Amino acid sequence: MPIGGKKQSPVAVELEEAVVVSEVSGREWDVSGAWNRMFESRVLTDYSYAKGLGKIAQLDGGESLEYCYGCGKCVPVCPVDLVSEYGPRKIHRKVQTGLDLFSADELWMCTTCGNCLRVCPKGVNMIEIMPAVREVSVGDAKVPDELQGIFEKTFRYGNALGENPRRRHAWTKGASVPVRVLSSDPTPVDVLFYVEDYWSYHPRGQQAAQAFSRTMTRLGVDFAILGAEEKTVGDSQRLAGEKGLFDALVEDVTATLGKYEFQRIVTPDPHAFNALVKEYPKRGFTYDVLHYTQLLSPLIEKMNFVNSIDKKVTFHDPCYLGRHNGEYDAPRRLLKAIPGIDLVEMGRCKENSYCCGGGGGGMWLDGFNSNHLSERLSERRVREAAGTGAEILAVCCPYEVSRFEDAAKSTGNEHLRVVDIAELLDEALGGVETI
Amino acid sequence: MKIIVGMRQLADLVEELEVADSEVDIDRDFVKFVSNEWDEAALEEALLIKEAVGGEVVVVALDEPDVDQTLYSAIAKGADRAVKIVGVEEGWTPTRLRAQLLAKWLESEGSWDAFFTGVQAADDLDGQLAGLVGATLGVPHAAVVSKAEPEGSSLRITQELGGGTLAESIATGKVVLGVQAGRQAPRYAPITRIRQAMSTSSIEMFEAPEVDLGPGPKVRKIYPPQSKGQATMLDGDPVEVAEKIVELIRAKGLVR
Ligand code: SF4
Ligand code: SF4
Repeated sequence: MPIGGKKQSPVAVELEEAVVVSEVSGREWDVSGAWNRMFESRVLTDYSYAKGLGKIAQLDGGESLEYCYGCGKCVPVCPVDLVSEYGPRKIHRKVQTGLDLFSADELWMCTTCGNCLRVCPKGVNMIEIMPAVREVSVGDAKVPDELQGIFEKTFRYGNALGENPRRRHAWTKGASVPVRVLSSDPTPVDVLFYVEDYWSYHPRGQQAAQAFSRTMTRLGVDFAILGAEEKTVGDSQRLAGEKGLFDALVEDVTATLGKYEFQRIVTPDPHAFNALVKEYPKRGFTYDVLHYTQLLSPLIEKMNFVNSIDKKVTFHDPCYLGRHNGEYDAPRRLLKAIPGIDLVEMGRCKENSYCCGGGGGGMWLDGFNSNHLSERLSERRVREAAGTGAEILAVCCPYEVSRFEDAAKSTGNEHLRVVDIAELLDEALGGVETI
Repeated sequence: MKIIVGMRQLADLVEELEVADSEVDIDRDFVKFVSNEWDEAALEEALLIKEAVGGEVVVVALDEPDVDQTLYSAIAKGADRAVKIVGVEEGWTPTRLRAQLLAKWLESEGSWDAFFTGVQAADDLDGQLAGLVGATLGVPHAAVVSKAEPEGSSLRITQELGGGTLAESIATGKVVLGVQAGRQAPRYAPITRIRQAMSTSSIEMFEAPEVDLGPGPKVRKIYPPQSKGQATMLDGDPVEVAEKIVELIRAKGLVR
């Protein structure tokens, strides 16, 4: 079955005549209809276990694909299946019947969103299987071109956008509040604001970084950034299979962090948050880490709102904040605290939230995957958001503003404003004007 | 087949380049250096040949900023050895000097079959490296090569000539090529393999000998392009436009 495009419509099959003769009684049965391999020996013996599921099971992290017993719970919750043919069950079956996942396009389609793992009774874990298989393919240099460019840029510059590392804190100029850079003032600090790539360089991300800095200043939070010394934490590169790159980044990032005294790390990027909470400790580096919504939500009492945002707002849960790390409340508490906001939920929210398509390397594979998807995941999600009647789609992951803004345009939903919660808070607290 | 690939480091263009106080070079203190993309194409072509017929690929470069990363990446991609020519004065290296130094090393290396390098580089102000190396060594040279395929012990070479014309020729014996593009995009060097190369292989050093460059052009001043004036669009049919152009050229005293 080819992957890609729309869902497959049924195919008309010409009926064949078939007669089965009993070897015992000699009696004949007419079983005319489509010939079915059910009448033959089991097909699985036609395929090599060692070259398929067996090869994957041997990988560190690849063990669980063969646990699948085909119950099918995972497929309807898989966001990729909704716009294509995907899901662990389908991948399991394809590998079982001869697909070489190591060189198949399917290898790059999983966003590691984690929704299948949530429902799978057998613990088939795509979040481990995919990076493990991808790592082998990356080692054999079988990487989609788009992704190869991202890996090279990340290795060279420490950010996925290939931007000049020395311009990492250029955004601070427009913050209207002083933002301390640790390399020029290395005294101890409470909050180390780990800005990450898209808030550092993407124009819309920079606006959110500026807004968040203003809010922290208003609330009297003592914070500082690493500036030019900051490199990406590298979680999406890891999930996309470049483990060597991730290892190199862990060394650099932890060496830089080791130079300064801080109480906690606060990051806007759920992917960085995920790695700092789950992957860095495995390598012996443990920090007190918060997503920025977790830093701010206990401080709501101290917020002095001066503007009301009288809008219907819906919220997209980032996979790596919600499903992967269980935080659904902090962003919602902040949104509900803003005067005027009418928060409406989408059908798929919280544990069952849809995926923007940016995780696990998907951020950098839109071109490659477009051959196989009837529409982008971000487009699907934007239509869902627009369907609630919301005027604002609130987000709190730096990947999402650019993804959803593009999708809003391409789906004709320009009226839907995509805004980071950090920006909404800043607006309600008075914005640049009152700082 | 033993192929030598010459590689160069160039200022990374994501940086904002600034002119140094000397006014004859860019300010090198704060720029990052990356390998020349045409050299990467040359390396890819060499690796493809090695994969097809066996042999050896050796990369060689002058000791320039961040060159180790380029050389180790080349090893990670499949090069067998890496050589660094050390003791060269820091700063911009004229292409003629680079050619002389590479030629000296190529002579000391003894036997080899082909020398590939990028057909151009962004800082190539005074000549094409491949042509100069070929001339210095008295080895045949071909420029703007888009394909070099092994044929027995020779190479079948495809070159781009002007106006979309392609030329094919067979190089028997030693040859120097300026490579424009490889048959495929440069391959990926997995970071794990680059790191492995760093810990398991080493870069050979070659002390740069004295060379006499002789007369040649000298950089007097480097400055950012000054924008002045505007483009003027000429209307009319081709004959009228041509006449207007001739008039303009005359008026500006460019021809008499
Ligand atoms: S939910 Fe688990 S066991 Fe069921 S089909 Fe999916 S992967 Fe297989
Ligand atoms: S992790 Fe998400 S995208 Fe990947 S197979 Fe599971 S549900 Fe689908």
